[in-house]
Order: sequence, then structure tokens, then C-alpha cells
Amino acid sequence: MSTGIITASYIGASALFIMALGGLKHQESARRGNLYGMLGMGLALLVTIVGLVSQNHFLLIVGIVAGGAIGWYLAKKVEMTQMPELVAVLHSLVGLAAVFVGWANALDHSSAAQTSVEQTIHAAETYIGILIGALTFSGSICAYLKLAAKISGKPLQLPGRHLFNAGLGLLAIWFGVEYVAAVPDGGIGWLVLMTLIALVFGVHMVVAIGGADMPVVVSMLNSYSGWAAAAMGFMLGNDLLIVVGALVGSSGAILSYIMCKAMNRKFLNVILGGFGNKSSGGAGSAGPAGSEDDIKPIQAEEAADLMANAKEVMILPGYGMAVAQAQHTVFEISKKLKEKGVNVRFGIHPVAGRMPGHMNVLLAEAKVPYDIVYEMDEINEDFPKVDVSVVIGANDIVNPAAQEVPDSPIAGMPVLEPWNGKTTIVLKRGMSTGYAGVDNPLFYKDNTRMLFGDAKDSVDAILKHLSE
Amino acid sequence: MRIGVPKEIEEGEKRVALTPDVAHQLQKLGFTLAIESGAGLEASFDDEQYRKVGVEVIEDPRAVWQESDIIMKVRPPKEHPELGFYGVELMKPGQTLISFLYPAMNPETLNALSEHGVTALAMDSVPRISRAQKMDALSSMANIAGYRAVVEAAQHFGRFFTGQITAAGKIPPAKVLVIGAGVAGLAAIGAAKSMGAIVRAFDTRPEVKEQVESMDAEFLMLDFKDEDGGSGQGGYAKTMSPEFIKAEMDLFAAQAAEVDIIITTALIPGKPAPELITERMVANMKPGSVIVDLAAEAGGNCKLTEANKVVVKHGVTLIGYTNLPSRLAAQSSQLYATNLRHLLTDLCPEKNGEIVVNMEDEVIRGATVVKEGEVTWPPPAPRISLAPKDDVGLKAKKELEKPEPKPAHPLAFLAPLALAGLALFGLGSVAPPEFIGHLTVFVLSCFVGYMVIWGVSHSLHTPLMSVTNAISSIIVIGALIQISSDSALVVTLATLAVFITSINIVGGFAVTQRMLRMFRK
Repeated sequence: MSTGIITASYIGASALFIMALGGLKHQESARRGNLYGMLGMGLALLVTIVGLVSQNHFLLIVGIVAGGAIGWYLAKKVEMTQMPELVAVLHSLVGLAAVFVGWANALDHSSAAQTSVEQTIHAAETYIGILIGALTFSGSICAYLKLAAKISGKPLQLPGRHLFNAGLGLLAIWFGVEYVAAVPDGGIGWLVLMTLIALVFGVHMVVAIGGADMPVVVSMLNSYSGWAAAAMGFMLGNDLLIVVGALVGSSGAILSYIMCKAMNRKFLNVILGGFGNKSSGGAGSAGPAGSEDDIKPIQAEEAADLMANAKEVMILPGYGMAVAQAQHTVFEISKKLKEKGVNVRFGIHPVAGRMPGHMNVLLAEAKVPYDIVYEMDEINEDFPKVDVSVVIGANDIVNPAAQEVPDSPIAGMPVLEPWNGKTTIVLKRGMSTGYAGVDNPLFYKDNTRMLFGDAKDSVDAILKHLSE
Repeated sequence: MRIGVPKEIEEGEKRVALTPDVAHQLQKLGFTLAIESGAGLEASFDDEQYRKVGVEVIEDPRAVWQESDIIMKVRPPKEHPELGFYGVELMKPGQTLISFLYPAMNPETLNALSEHGVTALAMDSVPRISRAQKMDALSSMANIAGYRAVVEAAQHFGRFFTGQITAAGKIPPAKVLVIGAGVAGLAAIGAAKSMGAIVRAFDTRPEVKEQVESMDAEFLMLDFKDEDGGSGQGGYAKTMSPEFIKAEMDLFAAQAAEVDIIITTALIPGKPAPELITERMVANMKPGSVIVDLAAEAGGNCKLTEANKVVVKHGVTLIGYTNLPSRLAAQSSQLYATNLRHLLTDLCPEKNGEIVVNMEDEVIRGATVVKEGEVTWPPPAPRISLAPKDDVGLKAKKELEKPEPKPAHPLAFLAPLALAGLALFGLGSVAPPEFIGHLTVFVLSCFVGYMVIWGVSHSLHTPLMSVTNAISSIIVIGALIQISSDSALVVTLATLAVFITSINIVGGFAVTQRMLRMFRK
């Protein structure tokens, strides 16, 4: 097959990938978008296998079939609550693949470069590709372990960790210079050392980040896996890899940016430190935000009455709802209310859940139609017209302290504003604080009622009363 | 403990302190219940309904007083017109009376209760703090009175409330003035508004302006400066300065000539009601106009009103009913009984049917006027918690409004551009053309990615991540190029890479498809 056909196919595949991402603009076009993606991947694979593979077809097919089977199994089996874990695992695989391809490239001298400048650039590309791949790999594994609660979600903060990071960075640069100088006749030792350093760096970077910041970490690793692919593209002189890598890299970067903005945190801040540790000295986090007298408990029966007699009900779910597996009952409640002529909507904060858009997927799984699920920015203005807001398993994302208490650790974070509505019902186990460790003045407001108990039991009781 | 509810004996009193609904909920708290036969009849609850939910129906009113641990009533105790007993004299230590008691006006009842060594809680003395709203019977009754005031006014007003254009000619809407925008006033505003009238309201407390306007009524402003405002303790207005009152009277005189219906609700606790509508103003009103004076019991906001009567003077109908809640007996009984239930819930924290009069609790302390024979009225002044809180909120808001960052120099954005340009120039001067070609593709792809990703719906961010995951496995191309190598090591690495990326490609696309299929309208 001529190089022209291969290149043309790659152009087609690139276009299909861009259309795949563009399809995600809306739910209706998203599935077609995914098909474009598969088509692009299929095209690229087919052309490459037919055009460039000259031997070892058997190994190739075994690899594809075995890997595909495992991937298929994972995709079918995974619970929607475990999506972040799956995504982290898949990220680690991209990183690992980049390391393998980079190493194979470094060891393969058949395509020996020509001029010395070209050689230098090629060596640098290989080096950078392996570096990013390795830290994506170890970082993602670490993120997976954290998300799956196999290791503690608390940020691990070694003394002098900034110095440690800087030291690793300097070492990586030094080894890089040595490696580029030694190529093409050696330097493999430098490459081994760098890979080890990158692995350590990836682990250290992720363990230092707190549980609340996991959405940022997951999107950041998403970005890295893209950059690793782009670096591979440079190394191999392959534009398709460069295009896809750049697309994925910028996608992850934008998601990280959106997540950081939703938590009102600086990206560097998230990467460099745990959450709520250094700011806990502020007056905003000390002590409860109101007197216990102001807490007004409510029974499930009254809560059901309130909701049934409202015109506008807003349900504000947090990750606690998914943990309690209450989303299906919540959907049944919304259906019952709809039958009674109540306008029910869901309000989603960008960081509700453990990765970007996670809560939307969980609601979709519970069959909640996506056209009654709204983003925070779309519905915050509507709260004055809302009769009853129901907060389920959420805390920090509905905390008025973010707006009212300037020295609160979460000050300035955009939050949902149910307190502007007529009544807020908060489903909560007890009076404990959220991820950020900040007490929530919402619970003490005049128009807030607390429904204490396990979220699942509470929504079951509400549904029971609504069905009577 | 056993709760007993006697029939109300005050003339014209149709309410009852227990409804079948509330009886059911009180039983859940562990109480047993008894009611005098016929007690709920005038509020449309017959004995059978009570029996059905397990309330014992007793014929002899004396037995209710003697055999119950807790007596719940609406009105303060009074001599029985036929049987000639008073009630309190039948009580003994250990019993508790919960009722409206008006301790300031009924010192002799207080003394009698004290002599018999009982405990008494006055529903009218429940402190008006936010936590106690659910047991604030004064508010729930005032709400009903306000609503009923409009109904009474409509009854005696010979015209429509709402304006209409009919074939027979135009009907102008009625103009209603509500004086005092407390609970009753706001209820009256709501009722009059929903009947289609033009509603105006006046109150000496400027902070209620917002509430009035939120109900789509017009708030009348005085052309007068007063630094303190008119807010007194416990949600009531205080007495104002003479200058203020003069300005106020001028306003009312002007309004009286214009409006059709005046509903006055001005009360100052412990004092006779202020006179707001003078005889001259009444005379100036249009014939057929109506005044409903909700302060009639305390002397009236208009001196011409007579308590419990409807009189016509200067062609204006003056309604002085003092039993407006009783005129909606079923609803007011339900609300009052619910207020009682909330109070009992607080009194009975263990939900075991035993009440504990905890004098540490601010609400219970305020309501308790006699504790085991000892008069505990008046209670200590309530602690005020609201005002300082507001200050904090204000301060916080001010601090949040930080000064805007200084605007950057208009040409400042050129600096990073220039730097990037220089870097590219440097690179271009040494790098081979092939590399520059790849760099072009890379930079342009970053921009394409940036544009495309911002368009992605927030709700699809998780599928976005899984699909980007699948397509970033395009690295497989690299492995495919290497797999035909002659070096065994390279082939092994490449095969592993193919294996891994295949997991990713299939897994990523499949899970994305699975998620997207779940999104439905």
C-alpha cells in the first residue's frame, strides 16, 4: 500500500476523531459521535496493519483479541459508581503502552536517524514520551487505588515534598541531557533511571492530593495520557498520533480547568497540596456555624407532604446519594411527583461525584431523563421560585459559607443556592462536615428542615408516603 | 399519660383543641386520649370520628377535668353555664393545663391554678422565636383571622372585589387598605388580592415592605424620617412618636376617602389598641364601605366599632367580630391542635407519653406560666439572636466585594505572544523542516481540541473521558509499526503494547456506548 493512501487514511481517521468529540455536544448526537470514533480507530488500525506490518501477524492478532476480550468484559461489568476507577485504570494502560512503545523505539536502531540535529530531537522526543507515559502510568495506578479506597484518600504530605519534587525534576533534566548526548550508541542506562524517577514522581504527585480533589486528578491524568500519545507521535513522526494526542491532551486540560474553577482552586494549588490542611486555622472552619436550637428536624411523612404540595421541586444530589444507592428510589419519587403535577428538576454541581459529569451518568443509569437534569449555572437563578429543594448526600456544594464567610476554606467556591428557595429539606445521617471539613450554615437556616437518617432509608420512606 | 379535652363553653366558640388527625399523631408519642362528648361537633368532628382513631369519648365534663393528666383547651377556663363548675377547682397537683390563658389579663385564673398546685402552659406565651414557629398558636390563629376578615368584608360589601368589563358596563375593582402587615395583615392581603381587589398596606415597621410587595400589594410610605423604625420586641410594632402619628393619621384620612374596605390589625401587646381611624375619617368614606376591626377585643382601631357586633355608622359597616378564627372552626381547630402537638412533642422528648417541663428550654420556659403551683409568669426577657447575625452577614458581604484587580496594560497581551513568537523563531532556525511540520499539526490540533471540547455538554464529561481514553490508545499505531522488527525484545514490547491498547480501545468505546445508551429523555 502506498504511503499516500496510508497518510490519506490517517487524515480521515483524524477527522473522524474530531467529529467523535464534536458529537458529544449533545446527548442526541453523542452516540453517533462514538460510532465515528470507532470508525476512525478501525480505519487507522486496518490501514496500518495492512500497509505497515510485514511479519508477526500471529502475535498481533493474539494481542488484539486477548486485549479486546478483557476490555469488553471490563466495560460490561463495571458499575457506574466505579467509573472513575475504570477510567483511572484505562489511563494507566495508555501510559504503560507509551512506555513500551518508547522503549521499543529506543532499542530499535533500524531507523537510525540522519543528521545530528535530527538525532538529538528524536532522542529528546523519545525521552519525553517515556517520561510522560511512566508518570501517567504510576499516577493512574495510584489514583485507582485511592478511588477504590484500597489506600487512604487522605493526602500524604511528606516533609519537604516540594524540595523532593524539585529534586526529581532536576534529576530528570540531567539524565535527559546525558541520554541525548549518549545517543545513538548507548544511554539506555539513563533511560532506565529516568523511567524509575518518573514512576516515583507519578506516585508521589497523586498521593499528596486529597480525596476531594480526585476529579481534578482524574482529568489531569486524562490530559497526560493525551500528551504521552502526542509525544509518541513526534517520536515516530506520525501526524495521526500527534493530532489525537493534542485533542485528548487539551480535553483533559479543559476538564481540569473546569473542575478547579468549580472548586475555586488554582490548578497548581491542587497539584501541590492537600485540601483543607493549611487553611484549617481560619475562623470559618472553627466550631459549628449555628446553634443546635436552630436545627429543625422533619419526619419523612412531612417531607413527602411538603414535596407533594409544592409546584417546583429541585433535587440536589451529591455523591452520598450514589454511595447509598438511592438514585433509583429518587427517580421513583420524581416520577410520583410528576404524576401529581409537580415540576421536578435535578440540579448538578460540577464537582458532585468523583469525576467530571459523574453524577449525570449515575442519574442516567437510574433512568432520570436528561432534560430535567440541569447544571448549576442554569438553575441557580431559579431558586427563588422553587418551593422545595431536596439535598441528598451533598454538603460542601450547597454550603452558603462559600459566599458568606470570607475566611472559610471554601470561600469563593461557586455553590448551589437552595436557601433562596422557600424550603430546603436536607437528607443527612448526622451533623458531620463534608470533605472540606467546614460546617454548613445551611443546616441552621430558618427555611431548612433536616431529615436525619440513612439516605436510602429516608428516600424509601418518602416514596412510601407519596405512594399512599 | 392521659390527655383530656373538654368542650369549649364560651359563647360562640366553635373550636376544639383536638382533631382526629392530631389524635392519631399524639398516640404515636405514647399518649392516651379522651374527649368530652360533642366537643368537636361545631368544628365538624363528631364523636364517631374520634372513636374511630381510638379516642375515648366521655359524657361528664367533670370527669375530663378530674381524670386526665393533661387538659388541652382553647379558651381560658370559665364557669360552666349549666353545671356551674369552673374546672380549675377540680384539678390537683401533677395535672397540667395547656390552653390560651392570657396571664396578663387573667391574674385570678393564674392564682387559682397556683392554689391547686398544677402546671399550666399558656399557648399565647410561647416565645415568638424561629424555633417555636410551629407551636405559635397566635400566628396560626391570626392567619385565619386575617383571611376570615376579608370574607366578612366581602359579605357586607355590596360590590365585587374584582374588576370586570361586562356587556352591561364596567365594574371597578374594590380598593382594600390593610393597616398592620403582621401575620393577620399579610393573610388579609393575600385573600383580598386573590379575590381580585387592589390592595394597599401600611405598617410602621419599614422592614415588612418587602413582604407586602412580594404579595403584589402596594406598600404605603410615610413622608417622614424616623431613625429607629417601628419594630418592637417579639415581632410587634411599638408605640410611635406624636409627629409620626400625625403623619400617619394624615395618610389614613387621605386613604379613607378613596378606599372601599379597611382592615385594621394594629395591636400593641399589653396596651389598648391604638385609635387609627377617627369618626371623621369614617364619615368621609364612601357609603357602603366596610371596616373590619381585628383589634375590636382590645378596644378597636376605630372607636366606632363595637366588639362582637356589626354596626352601620355614617353609612359605613363596621365589623367587630372577635371570634374570627372560630368562624372557620374546622381549619382553626386543626391548626391549633397541630400547634399543641408540636408543643407536646417538645415536652415529650422520649416519645414515651410522659411530659417533662424542662425550664432550661427557652420555648417551654416561656410558655409555662405556673409550674407545680408556683407562678412563673412573666418569663425572663428572650435573648435576641437575630440582629447581630445580620451584621455578620453584611460584613461578610462587604468583605467579599473585593476591589477589582487593576486593569492590565492594553498591550500587555502582546508580551506572551512575542515570547511565543521568539521561541518559534529560535526553534525554526535550528530544527529540521520535518519537525516543524509536525509541530504545526500539533499546535493546530491543540486549538481544534480546545474549540471542540468547550462545546461538549457538561453532563457528558464522563463519556468524554472514556472516549478520549479509547482514542488516545491510537498509540497502538506505534506498536504496530514496531511489531515487524527483527529484534525479539522490540517485538515483545510491541506485542505487550498492542495487548494493552486493545484493552483500552475496546473497553473505552464499549463503556462509552453503554453510558450514552443510558441517557434518555
